[in-house]
Amino acid sequence: MDLIFEKSRPGRRASEIPAGDVSPVALSEVIGEAFLREDIDLPEVSELDLVRHYTALSRRNFGVDLGFYPLGSCTMKYNPKITEESAKLPGFTGLHPYAPEAFSQGNLALMDELRRMLCELFGMADFTLQPSAGAQGELTGIMICRKYFETKGEKRSRILIPDAAHGTNPASGALCGFETVTIPSSTEGGVDLTALESAMTEEVAGLMLTNPNTLGLFEKNIADVARIVHERGGLLYCDGANANAFLGHTRPGDIGFDLIQLNLHKTFSTPHGGGGPGSGPVGVGAKLVPFLPVPRIVKIENRYTLAENFPDTIGRVKAFYGNFNVMVKAYTYLRLLGAAGLKRTSDMAVLNANYIKARLAPYFDLPYDRTCMHECVFSGNRQVKSHGVHTLDIAKRLVDYGFHPPTIYFPLIVPEAIMIEPTETESKETLDAFCDVMIAIANEVEENPERVKGAPYTTPVRRLDDVLAARKPNVCWTGK
Amino acid sequence: MDYTPHTPDDIAAMLKAIGVSRLDDLFQDIPETYRLSGLPDLPPVLSEQEAWRHVLDLSAQNTFPAMTLMGAGAYHHYIPAVVGHMIGRSEFYTAYTPYQAEISQGILQAIYEYQTMIARLTGLPVANASMYDGASAMAEGAVLAGKTTNRDRILISRTVHPEYRRVVATYCAANSYTLTEIPYDAAGRVDTEELMTAVDDRTAAVCVQSPNFFGIIEDFRAIEPVAHSTGALLIAGFTDATSLGLLKPAGAWGADIVCGEGQSFGNPMNYGGPYLGIFAATDKFLRKIPGRLSGMTVDLDGNRGFVLTLQAREQHIRREKATSNICTNEALCALAASVYLVSLGKNLRNLAELNVYKALYLKEKLAALPGWEAPFTSPGYNEFVLTCPDPGRVNAAWQDAGIVGGYVLSKDYPELPKGLLLCGTEMLSKNDIDRAAAIAAAVR
Repeated sequence: MDLIFEKSRPGRRASEIPAGDVSPVALSEVIGEAFLREDIDLPEVSELDLVRHYTALSRRNFGVDLGFYPLGSCTMKYNPKITEESAKLPGFTGLHPYAPEAFSQGNLALMDELRRMLCELFGMADFTLQPSAGAQGELTGIMICRKYFETKGEKRSRILIPDAAHGTNPASGALCGFETVTIPSSTEGGVDLTALESAMTEEVAGLMLTNPNTLGLFEKNIADVARIVHERGGLLYCDGANANAFLGHTRPGDIGFDLIQLNLHKTFSTPHGGGGPGSGPVGVGAKLVPFLPVPRIVKIENRYTLAENFPDTIGRVKAFYGNFNVMVKAYTYLRLLGAAGLKRTSDMAVLNANYIKARLAPYFDLPYDRTCMHECVFSGNRQVKSHGVHTLDIAKRLVDYGFHPPTIYFPLIVPEAIMIEPTETESKETLDAFCDVMIAIANEVEENPERVKGAPYTTPVRRLDDVLAARKPNVCWTGK
Repeated sequence: MDYTPHTPDDIAAMLKAIGVSRLDDLFQDIPETYRLSGLPDLPPVLSEQEAWRHVLDLSAQNTFPAMTLMGAGAYHHYIPAVVGHMIGRSEFYTAYTPYQAEISQGILQAIYEYQTMIARLTGLPVANASMYDGASAMAEGAVLAGKTTNRDRILISRTVHPEYRRVVATYCAANSYTLTEIPYDAAGRVDTEELMTAVDDRTAAVCVQSPNFFGIIEDFRAIEPVAHSTGALLIAGFTDATSLGLLKPAGAWGADIVCGEGQSFGNPMNYGGPYLGIFAATDKFLRKIPGRLSGMTVDLDGNRGFVLTLQAREQHIRREKATSNICTNEALCALAASVYLVSLGKNLRNLAELNVYKALYLKEKLAALPGWEAPFTSPGYNEFVLTCPDPGRVNAAWQDAGIVGGYVLSKDYPELPKGLLLCGTEMLSKNDIDRAAAIAAAVR
């Protein structure tokens, strides 16, 4: 498909700027010729050219509305349309972030109510809604840990991260100046308690634990984990990316987690937009509240206000107050589901994952054969050993049958990992159709492995050359 | 309404296939002590109709502004209708990050085209797929500079947006970098003498903004040689991306990293977010730049296609050695920016010119009022500073008329106790401006 630049024809226009009702001035005099740019090298197309271009692009893209999207750890559930409509209300979209507080009482009320609901659902003392996405939430959380120990006058330079953690965890730790120490997983797929005991010294700020972890397993020994971390004065951080597994069943704050980051674009159904915007609120226990980013919403005599005066705050991680429009979607979603709906969400998410696990277990290796939570992780090892067919090949073959592949090669501790997260919004029929195809592919691996290795066959492009892309990077069109 | 399709029969059949008798059996790994006995105490559930009414009521508790005279990092620009229609296609907005390239060619090509347009506008060869916002883009630029130069000092002009400076400070503190602010001169621009004194061989980066927070165009002819004199990188930000349509970009003046806020390109003000951070750099940062990059390649049959590339920079491969921890960025906002830029095309220049005319007219009308003065005479884009007898009372009068007034500068710049930062975009009609001026004139 041609690039928009290749469709450009000199003189075409897709817009018209108003003639203007104030007098023009000579810019070379007012601003100075030296400061003005010579030309703007942007495409010249008609509005219909534009619409056909982006419509054609959209048809070369796969979203949840098109089909099953079991991308593990990403919680690709259906996004109710009403949440999109509510976020488009002009009363929300049209307000400047520095509008007088008298103008923004509705926004502040919504944010405050969202904050309260998250506190109740997760058992935390307070939440900040400022971080733009999960990874910025992690960074905010770690900055809070750092500031907490600085304020106490303790020098703690290391942070512990299990080997099953998301890649953002160690990257966030490092971005915050911590040395990251990897904690191995036990044979059961949880934290290795002996390794944790020996690593958890008084130089360690805490443990960043994804729970349920990336194997889809809830940390059964969480009480021991929390005890070990807290006994040495450390903080227990919960990567809440997988919170869809336990809504209404348990609360991280009750378990002993001191901090948690959430991903509203996963758990609370705000669509992911092909790579954002997200929203990554961070919840904290009472002793960490003073360190939250500013401004914080405060209610004084029925008026909401944004307060800056918290001397121990880590400061700001973002201009303004966070991805407000994403918050509107999450808020609407929470009001639609209510507590019972959220619990049912987790019930059905976990039921769906275990059903897929049960159906596919005879055909693919299952390195940790336990009841899983919201996702199940297989290994493609059997198919590699028998016919040299890799997980990547299986994923690409799934595409030919109209499914988005699961997350692959993650977590890193499972060789040839196939990480399947069906979410609660998928029906038994969809799961059965997916499992039938996975089984058909497993059979095809036996009968015609080369066919699988060449997949996909039905997509606009065949398998792409990643190596070429990295060796001779072309990230900007130069017209050649 | 919970959007789950399971019938009681489905649940029974699935439990049987799994080999358990009750749903609760699936939650056995959660220790008994920590299991909730009742439901969390949330507000009552609403039907779709009730939820719609409820959010409508909440949005109506806001005041929909009669006009907005505020810029200061978020801008009221017209968004062509085509933008909402294109980003509203659910193939785009219900997709995840394009990890499976063959079924994500749409967003990958759109990102590649976005990168190209941003590179052309900023005057630098490499642009990423977007950062969270202008503030965090500058902060990540500072961290990148620290890591590349192996130096631990960041200089930042006081004419950079105050909240950007605070975000840079937060990221610097986390990396134990020293952050030093450089004052501005009588013209409202970076004081290059002071910059010269401050820059040393520990300095990783000099961060400036143009047009700066006062709306003034910085003179890179004076800044660039000083910044580079000791090997520091020059990081240039901006807050209203439409200025790129008119002004010679910082990349052409020798900046190493150009970063800024892209909200003005087709994204509503949305009470502060989501926006998109624009991030562009010179070629030498190609393998170090934070965030996603879409790259052109070929498929098995030799046909052109696109993939996320140079992922060895990124957290999911490099973990703690990654250049940044960013994962989710602002893809849909970047798509909106792309559609906007294609829609405007070369008209971006005309739009930017119109902004200058509106701002000049607003400035002229207000500066003519008794007691109002322009403290800086340097050329600017669509924002400017005026001093007036009582900024608080003027803003209050505007507020009474449903107008979002100017940014009161005194809290960030105590030396400008009477300063008000104002913005004129294409959204203000001459009548609006005359009315705003009349209201200001009536303040005694």
